[in-house]
This record gives sequence, structure tokens and C-alpha cells, in this order.
Amino acid sequence: MPETEFDLIVLGGGPGGYVAAIRSAQLGLKTALVEREHLGGICLNWGCIPTKALLRSSEINHLLHHLPEFGFSAENIRYDLAAVVKRSRAVAKQLSSGVAHLLRKNKVTVFDGSGKLAGGGKLAVEKAGSAVTMLAAKHIVLATGARARELPGLEADGKLIWTYKQAMVPTALPKRLLVIGSGAIGIEFASFYRSMGADVTVVEVLDRILPVEDAEISAFAHKAFEKQGMKILVGAKVTAAKKSAESVTVTLETGTKKTEIVVDRVISAVGIVGNVEDLGLAEAGVRVEKTHVVVDEFCRTGVPGLYAIGDLVGPPWLAHKASHEGVVCVEKIAGLADVHPLDVTNIPGCTYCRPQIASVGLTEAKAKEAGHELRVGHFPFIGNGKAIALGEPEGMVKTVFDAKTGALLGAHMIGAEVTEMIQGYVLARTLESTEAELMHTVFPHPTISETMHEAVLDAYGRAIHF
Amino acid sequence: MATNILMPALSPTMTEGTLTRWLKQEGEVVKAGDVIAEIETDKATMEVEAVDEGVLGKILVPDGSEGVKVNAPIAVLVAEGESIPAGPAPPAEKAAAAPTPSPGPPPAATAAAPAQANGHAPAGERLFISPLARRMARQAGLDPATLVGSGPSGRIVKADIEAALRQAPPAAPQAAAPATPPPAPALRAGAITAPHDLVPHSSMRKVIARRLVEAKQQIPHFYITLDVALDALLDLRAALNAKSAKEGPGAFKLSVNDLLIKAAAIALRRVPKVNASFTEDGIAFYRDVDISIAVAIPDGLITPIIRHADEKGLAAISNEMKTLAARARAGKLKPEEFQGGGFSISNLGMYGVREFAAIINPPQSAILAIGAGEKRPVVKEGALAIATLMTCTLSVDHRVVDGALGAEWLAAFKAIVEDPLSLML
Repeated sequence: MPETEFDLIVLGGGPGGYVAAIRSAQLGLKTALVEREHLGGICLNWGCIPTKALLRSSEINHLLHHLPEFGFSAENIRYDLAAVVKRSRAVAKQLSSGVAHLLRKNKVTVFDGSGKLAGGGKLAVEKAGSAVTMLAAKHIVLATGARARELPGLEADGKLIWTYKQAMVPTALPKRLLVIGSGAIGIEFASFYRSMGADVTVVEVLDRILPVEDAEISAFAHKAFEKQGMKILVGAKVTAAKKSAESVTVTLETGTKKTEIVVDRVISAVGIVGNVEDLGLAEAGVRVEKTHVVVDEFCRTGVPGLYAIGDLVGPPWLAHKASHEGVVCVEKIAGLADVHPLDVTNIPGCTYCRPQIASVGLTEAKAKEAGHELRVGHFPFIGNGKAIALGEPEGMVKTVFDAKTGALLGAHMIGAEVTEMIQGYVLARTLESTEAELMHTVFPHPTISETMHEAVLDAYGRAIHF
Repeated sequence: MATNILMPALSPTMTEGTLTRWLKQEGEVVKAGDVIAEIETDKATMEVEAVDEGVLGKILVPDGSEGVKVNAPIAVLVAEGESIPAGPAPPAEKAAAAPTPSPGPPPAATAAAPAQANGHAPAGERLFISPLARRMARQAGLDPATLVGSGPSGRIVKADIEAALRQAPPAAPQAAAPATPPPAPALRAGAITAPHDLVPHSSMRKVIARRLVEAKQQIPHFYITLDVALDALLDLRAALNAKSAKEGPGAFKLSVNDLLIKAAAIALRRVPKVNASFTEDGIAFYRDVDISIAVAIPDGLITPIIRHADEKGLAAISNEMKTLAARARAGKLKPEEFQGGGFSISNLGMYGVREFAAIINPPQSAILAIGAGEKRPVVKEGALAIATLMTCTLSVDHRVVDGALGAEWLAAFKAIVEDPLSLML
């Protein structure tokens, strides 16, 4: 019988929860973690990681179809979808057991089950309807995450209408696919299925795809996807869906115009709702607004001893935001002196479509709205030697500076490997660099990262290679 | 070997100063301890002494140069007979000048040590500040060394500059370009079209402008006025002065002001909550009673401090005040003699001023403005009589001292002055 009294309990083993638990244990707190399904959460099991494995396969598929460009020829190129999915699942499994190992190594006690606040610093754990144990701790960190939002009339049935979960384990490639929603999740699936050969249509209710990105990046991506053969409908609403045995007839409304399309599968990716149910939040006095728990800058709910982090507390719904919040929250609990709240404007966002998209800080429009006078720089991949050598000339980098102070307000990238490079700008923002430090930084040649340097120079009329 | 004479730091926070004038010419022989130049900072003029002997080979910074950075070479000292270099010598291991607040002859051998300590502390200390914060501070004319950083390990970040700017609104937006705009929207000289002569600001004038704008903008002042009868205090003063030795170390001549300083000190002990400063984190109550006294000097004013005024005898206060005032007028006060203090007194009685309201001297929270003592008709026991009355106005920071507390202090002060034997306790 394991002990039931802890200094700190984390409810939820996703990237927010398990990182919080490890940091808590590192700081000498006796720590428990309660997880109902998979360690690593959605991110590791049904999100970030397995989709990256799938996208890697689709990227290879894309390259195989462009072999002659690189001096190769091959015939009869085929893929085995079951093997592609199997690899993705194996990657997720490997990492999930890695998390279990890390928790063990840090002496975090893991309980298998669902947790519910039972008042007075207690947490009831149950599994499949029967009580497992009652835990107690001075501090309880809620990290129960979020799930896909469902549109009325378009509830996922697991067969014709999918959420991310079914979209990740297809048994056959749908010939015609409709993706509703053009945020990161929708676009990544659209990109995967298109690269694998499906006929993909994306519907977005707003006036452009990837609406949180800079408008120029959205426009660039829109063009690039259309060139790949994707159909994109913006300012369009799904008003009806009629299911038949193996297809769905979807009614789309654009302004006053109504159209009908017939597809084999529909992926609904229209946002996220927090997992706030059955946690005993109301009884505990925790405030919930729009399916998210309300917290302060150190993730405190206002109820003594109760904290919440990650997707549960709201956007941006990103694993790295959850992890960072977990660390900040726990360090504050442990009484560390030099703890600083997370600056949301310094959280990078990445979309792993082809071409990739990455950004940090304010878009040009948002920066203007905030009253800044701007200096904006651009640099296209076509001016970069490495990008051309790789056969990836499609892309660009955009920088947004405050004209008065030289503060880097935002950086927006589209193209090969940009998700690996955005951290350079994130670091610059975290250190509060101005254009001067970025200009003085020596970027290695030949790399695609040189486009980042040039985009800074361009904002000051000094770009060399374009 | 040629040695650089460096701009000395006269206080730990000094970063630059004005080289007022050279007292030695190029080519003159100097001995260790010779006063070679005068330097002016915010509030004081100090003399620079040579610590090595030699010939003043080359003056690098001429008379009247403003904004000379601490530790910048100001002259080159060469050995007798040595050729004179055109520019500064390569960096030497030690500073060749020592600041000295008074013209007394300090021992030459030990003078080098304080010079190093003073000269290197501010310049060598790294200021942790983000590049963006540094630039924003420069644009706003803020000295980042005066800020407390909120970033990792106390690094000064953008948010700290923004917070500082919110506290002290910067210059009008259009004045964004130049290096150091004044702290409040001030008229540019060019805007005055009437014929005029422009006298550039002295360092002291800039400090007076900055601090008093800050005080009036940030401190919620309110004022309490009371008449105090002086007759008893004047009698006591006459009696005490009669007891002074004619001359020699025991001699003293108490002024009314000396007695009022002591009276204020005792009032601060009786009502200690006035002896305090407002800070972000709480109210700081001072343990000592240190009183700043406003002293008019030729081009401004300065507030030398009588420390532990409540513990000192009247003769001691009187003699100390005389020395401080004389040194203040000569611009020779040491920083520690005018920086600090928990309460101020400003007395314009000698000009015949009946009453006035003074601006609080930040970070203090009260200042007592004293008018002239004059004979006025008063009603005593239902009949008109004549008394010597003095009108006193206490300016108070309402964040620290509320109305009743301010009135309580002023009443205590009145009681002490009107029954002045308590000064002798």
C-alpha cells in the first residue's frame, strides 16, 4: 500500500503535469502524480509526437515523388498506411514509457486513475467507477488538459466524422477529405493527408487560414497549399452534414451562397475545450470561465493550495506553455526566490505542415493595433543558398520591430525547418535584444537561419542578399 | 613615466561631473597633496589633489567641461624632464588623483588607496540590464543605475523602465529625440521669443528642478498652519547666550533657528510617525532624528543635516549648524553631510516672510516652513495684549501622515516652543 500523504499532488500526466511533478520532486517536495490513461498526455500519445511521426512519413512520400529533381529515379513507389500508423504509435509508446521512467527516477509516486477534489487538501482517486485511494497534500496542481471541441450536428462518430484521435490511426486513406478548421491541428492533418495523396478541402469560418498567424504568412501558406492541390474555402460555414454509408454530404455557406460537397471523411478541428468536468471544481470554489479554470500569473486558483496549469487554464493550447507553467507554478510553491511569470508573448507557435510555419510575438496587425510605430523586414528563402541547395526555396521570414526602441515585437516564418529555428528569435525576445544585438550576431553559413539575420537587416534597409 | 590623472568619483553613485577649473597650469610642478583642480557634482564642489609628484604635462579636459565621465583621464602627469605626450598615457595601474572634500593637507602616502576605492567601485560594477531596457532608459533620460531590476537575478528589463516611466511621466512625446529630456515637459529655450540671456543650468539647478518636480508631482502634499508664541523661547535664548564664554572653545551664540531645530527634534521623538518615508513596500520609520536644514547658497540651496538632533545640546547644534552653513556656502559639503535626513526645516523668517508652504524634500514626508517672529495683537484672558508670534506651516505627505497626525505633531512642536524649558531636558 503506497503512502497517501504528499507535499504536492499533480492531477494529469501530460506535458504540463509530468514536468511539474518532476520539478516538484527535484525541489525536494514529496510528490504524487495521478493519471487516468497515458503518461505524457495527449501531446505525447495523441498529439504533437505521433503527428510528427506521420508527417515525417508524408514528407518522405513527397520527396519520393520528386526524386528526379535530385538525380534519382524509382518506379512503383507505394506506401503501406498500416505501417506508417504503426510507426507513429510505436514512437508514442516509446516516449510514454520514457516519461514513466523519468517519474520513477525522480521518485514521483504515480497513481493510475481519475482524481477528484474531495475538500481540505484531499484528492479521491478512482478507476472504472471504484475508489482506488484517498490522497492528501498541501498543494494540488490540476493539469487535466483539454479535448477537441465538437460542432453541433458534426459530433465525431469515429467512422465518418473524425477528431484528431481517429485521424491519427486511419485504416485506409480517405479519397476525399474535408477538414473543418484551419488552426494548427486542422492544417497539419490537411497537409499530411494531401501529401499522402488524398483530395483535401479545408474550410475556415474566418477570412483566412491559420488566423492567429501574421496575415502575410497566412496568404503565403494559402498559396503554397493550393499549389499542392489543396482546396481552401475561407469565410465559409458548415451548415449541414448528411451521412450515408461511406460518405458525407456537407453543406457549406459562403456569405449567401450555398454549396454541397461530398466527401468520404470529415476531420473536425474547431478548437479546444478544457477538461473541467468531474473534478469537484465548483465545490472547491474554483472559478471556471468558458471551460477554463481562472488562475493568476503563478497559476494559483485563488483557493489556497489549489493550482491549475496548461490547456486547462486556456490558450495558447501548447505543450511547451503547459510545461513552463508547471515549472513556474511549482517553483513558486516551493518558495524559490527568482520565479518569474510566463510572458505569453514569448511563447512560440509552430505548425508542422509543409511548408512549416513558426512565429513568436505580435503580428504586424496586432503590433499596429497596440500603437507601435513599426519597422518591418522580409526575406524570402529564394535569396538563401542553403534553401536552394536543399530544394526548399519556398519560404520567407518576416520581422516586426518597434521603430522607436528597436524591440523585436514579433517574428513570423514559413518554410523548411522554421520550427527548429524560431527559438533564435524567442531567445532574442526573452533577453530583450534589440535589432543591434541581432545584427551583431554571426549566423553560420550556409544555413537557412541566415534568412533570420537578413530579415532583421531588411527591417533597417540593410539586407544584403535580396 | 607618464601617468594619467583620472576623473575621481566623489560619491558612490557619481558617474560624471563638471571639471570647474584647473588650479595648476600645464608645465607646473605638483607635489602629492597639491590641489590641482576643482570638480562640481550635483551638489558639491570638491578639490582634486595630486597623489604623485611630477609635472602637470598635459591638460586633457579644459576648464568648465561638463559631463566628464568618472575615471576618464583628465590630465597627464609626467616626471620632471620627461617629454610631454600629446594624449593620455596608456592605462596606468592606479588612479593618480584623489578627491578631498576639505583643503586640509591629507597624508600623501595613504591618499592613493581611497582614490582607487572611490574611482573603481561605480565604474567596475556591472549593471545587469537588457539591451532593450538600456536603450529605453537612454531615450527617456533615466539613469538605469537608480532602478531595481525585476528580471531573472535582478536584471533590469523593459518592464522596469516602463514602470519607472509610469511613475515619473517622461517629457512631452515630441521631445523624444535628444539624449536627456528634463523629467517634466519644460519649455525649450528657443520657444522664448522675448529678448533674454540664457544661463545654462548648473548641476545643482538640474537636481533642484528634477527633485522638486518629482516631489510636487508624486507626493500628495497637504498643509497645516499654526501660530506659535515665541516670547518664552526668546527669553530663554537671551538667558542662555548670556552664559556663553566671551570667546574660545566654550563660546556659543544660539540663534532662534538653533532652538527651533532642537524643538522640532524633540517633537519628532514625541510624535515619531512623522519621521518616516513612503516606499512601495511599506512606510519606513526612521530610528534616528536627522533634520535637514535648508540653507540658501549663491546659486541655489542645499540641505545640510544635523544628525541625532534630539540627542545634541543646543550649543552643539548651534556650532555644527554654523560650520555646515559656512561649508555649504563654499560648496564644500561632503555628500554624507547633505544626503539623507528624515525631516526638513526651511526658515524664511529673516526675510520678514509671514508664512509660506514648502515643498517636501523626497523621500522625506514632512517639511516645516517657518515665518518671521513678529509682535502681533492677541487676545489673552479676554483682553488685547501683545505677543511675539511666529506662523509655522507643516507640509505633509498624506501617504504617510494623515491630517490628525500632522496636527498632533504641530501641536507638540508648539507646546515645546511655548514651554522651552523642555528643550533643556
